[in-house]
Amino acid sequence: MSAFRFRGETLWRGPTAVLSDLHLELNPGEKVALLGPSGAGKTTLLEALRARALRDTAWCPQNPALVPALSVFHNIYMGALERYGTLYNLLNLIRPTAYQQRQVGELASELGLVDKLRVSVDRLSGGQVQRTALGRALYSERPVLLADEPVSSLDEEQARALLQLTLSRHDTAVVALHQQEQALTCFDRVIGLARGCVQLDAPAGQLRRHDLTDLYQ
Amino acid sequence: MSAVVTTAGHWRRATLLLALAGLVAFALADLSISRGTPGAELQRLAQGLITPDFTATEALGEALATTLAFAFQGVALGAAGGFALALLWHRPGVRFFAASIRAVHELFWGLIFLQITGLSPLTGVLAIGLPYAGIFAKVFGEFLEEADPKPAEALPGGTNPVTTFFTARLPLVWDQFRAYGAYRLECALRAAAILGFIGLPTLGFHMETAFRESGYSQGAALLYIFFALIGTQRLWLHRRLVPVYLLAAVLWAPPLSSGPDGALKRFLTTDIVPAPLRDGGGWAELGTWLAELGTQQALPGVANTLVVALAALLLTGVLALALFPLASPHFGHRPGRALSHLALVMVRTTPEFLLAFVLLIVLGPSMLPGILALALHTGVIVAYLTGRFSEGIRPQRGYSQALTRYGYEILPRVYPNFLAFLLYRFEIIIRETAVLGLLGIPTLGFYIDSGFAEFRFDRALALIIITVMMNLAVDAFSRILRRRLRLQTPATAY
Repeated sequence: MSAFRFRGETLWRGPTAVLSDLHLELNPGEKVALLGPSGAGKTTLLEALRARALRDTAWCPQNPALVPALSVFHNIYMGALERYGTLYNLLNLIRPTAYQQRQVGELASELGLVDKLRVSVDRLSGGQVQRTALGRALYSERPVLLADEPVSSLDEEQARALLQLTLSRHDTAVVALHQQEQALTCFDRVIGLARGCVQLDAPAGQLRRHDLTDLYQ
Repeated sequence: MSAVVTTAGHWRRATLLLALAGLVAFALADLSISRGTPGAELQRLAQGLITPDFTATEALGEALATTLAFAFQGVALGAAGGFALALLWHRPGVRFFAASIRAVHELFWGLIFLQITGLSPLTGVLAIGLPYAGIFAKVFGEFLEEADPKPAEALPGGTNPVTTFFTARLPLVWDQFRAYGAYRLECALRAAAILGFIGLPTLGFHMETAFRESGYSQGAALLYIFFALIGTQRLWLHRRLVPVYLLAAVLWAPPLSSGPDGALKRFLTTDIVPAPLRDGGGWAELGTWLAELGTQQALPGVANTLVVALAALLLTGVLALALFPLASPHFGHRPGRALSHLALVMVRTTPEFLLAFVLLIVLGPSMLPGILALALHTGVIVAYLTGRFSEGIRPQRGYSQALTRYGYEILPRVYPNFLAFLLYRFEIIIRETAVLGLLGIPTLGFYIDSGFAEFRFDRALALIIITVMMNLAVDAFSRILRRRLRLQTPATAY
C-alpha cells in the first residue's frame, strides 16, 4: 500500500467542517495513536482514511456496528466476507463450516471469547462486544488497521494486551485512543487533534505525559 | 385576546372535520330497518349463540382444514412475494405496484381468479397471496429502511450486495418479520373464511348457509370454532412447526387450477376488453361506454362507499372513545377488564364482512348493517389499541373521579395515538366498505359483483380499477393528515 497524504484538505461531517487545512502524511509501517478530546475529529479522520484505502483496511469503528442477533462466530467471520464467494458465505451463515469454526475459534480464544462463540452479540457485555469487533477487524486480515477507541471498555491490563496483539498483526495502524498511557507505550507516533487541527505530531519516544495534557484543555 | 395556538387545537380541528363529514354521511345514508320484526330475529340469533350445535355441519373438519390450508399457503406466497418486492422498495414503481395489489380486496381477487382458475385451491391461495404480497412488501420495506445501516457499512470493502444483505441487513429485522408473519396468518385465517362467501369450501361457506337459513345454533358453533382457532394461535403456531403446517397445507389443498385450458388468455385478451372495442367499435363507442359506466355505476358506487365509510368512521371514533377505558388499567377493576378483554377479542376476531352479513339478516337490507358492522369491529380494535397504549401513562395527579381523570389525565395523552389509529384504520374501512357491496349494500362491490354475475368482466375490472384509485386517494389523504397533525405511525396498527 502507499502512504496517506493530506495537503491542506478540509474534512467534513455533514455540513460541518471538522478538520480544516489538514496537512498530514502517514507512511506504511507506522503505528500511529490518535489523541484528542471528543469532537476533535478523530472519527472523521479515520473515516477519511478508510475511504481512501477501503480494500486494505481492517476496520473497527467506535459504535461497534455488529449484527446483534447473530453469534460472535458470525460477527467475527464477517471480516472475511469479501474473501469468499456469495454461496460459501450464505452456507456458512446457515451452517458454519468446520474450517471456519476452527479458524474463528483460534482467534476467539486469543481474544478470550471462546466460550461465547455461539452466543449472540446482544447478550454480551460491553467489553465482550469490543473484543468481538476487534475480532472482526483481525479476521479481515488487511494490512492497515483503522480502529476507533477499540479497547475503551476493557480494564487497563486487558486493554494493553489486546492492543499489542492487534498491532502485531498489522503492518500499519491508526488507532484513536482516550488512554494517553497506551499511546506512549504501544505506538511509534502520536498525533493530537484539537480545535479543528493537528496540535501535536511527534514520535512517541520523544513525548512525556505532560506534553499530552495540553490537548485536553 | 391572543390567538389560540395549541397542539390540542389542531387535533380538535381535524376531529371536527371528520365528525362533520361523518354527520353529513349519516344524513345522506339509507338507514332504514326494512325487516318487520328485528327484535324477534335478534332474539332467535341470541338463542342460537347460547345453544351452539357442533354436530349440524357436515364435513366440518374438511372446511376447517381448507381454511387453514388457504391461509398458510396464502401467507407463504404473500411473504415470499412481498420479500422480493421489499428488496426493490427504493423504486417508486415497486411501491406503486405494491400499493395497487393490496388496494384490491381478497374477495375481489377471488372473484377475478374464479374466472381464470375456477373453483380451485389455487384461487383461494392467489386471492390471499396477491394482496398480502403488497402488504408484506410495504411492511418489510419499511422495516429494512428503519434498520440500523451501520453494520452493513462496517463490512470489509468490496463485500458483494447479496452477502451484505443476508449477513448485515436481514438479521437485524428477522424477528420483526417473524412476528409480523404470525399476525398476518391471523388475518389470513379471517380472509380464508370469508372466501367461503364466494363459493370456496372454507368455514365461511358453511357460515353463510347456516345464517342464511336461520340455523343460528349451527352458525354459532362455526363461529366459536373459528374463535378457538384464532384464539389459540399462540399455542399451535410454533416456529419449528411452520414448515410442517405448510407442507400439510400443500398436500391437503394442492394449489392447482381447475379452470379450462386457455382461461387466462381468454380472460386477458377477450373478457376484460371493454365491450365496444371487442365488438370492433372505435373511440366514440368507448367514450359512450365509459360515460355510461361512470354515471350509472362508478359514481353512485364511489359516493355510497364514501357515505358508508365516513359514517362508520364517525361511529368508530365515538365507540372507541367510549370503550377504551374498558381496556385501560386506569379505569375499572381487574375482573371487569378480563371480561371486557374477552368481549373485545371476540368482536375483533369476527370479520367485519361476516358481522355485516349477520346484521343484514337481522335488520334487513340498507346501509345501516354495513355501518354498524364496520364501526363495531373497528371501534373495538381502536379501543383496544388505545387502551393498551394508555398502559404506559403515569398519572401525574390522582383525580378520584373517573370522568375527570378521563378528560384531564388520560384523554389528552392518548388522543394523538387514538387519532393515528383511527386514520390508519380509515384506509382499511374504505377497503372493507367497497367489498360489503357483495352482500347487497350498494357500494362499489355491489356493481363489481353484478358485473361478474352478468359475465360483464370488462365492467367489473374497470370498477375494480376505480376502487383501487379511490383506495389510493384515501391512503394519501390519511397520510397527509397524519403528517400535518404530526402523528406517529403506530407500527402495531396495520
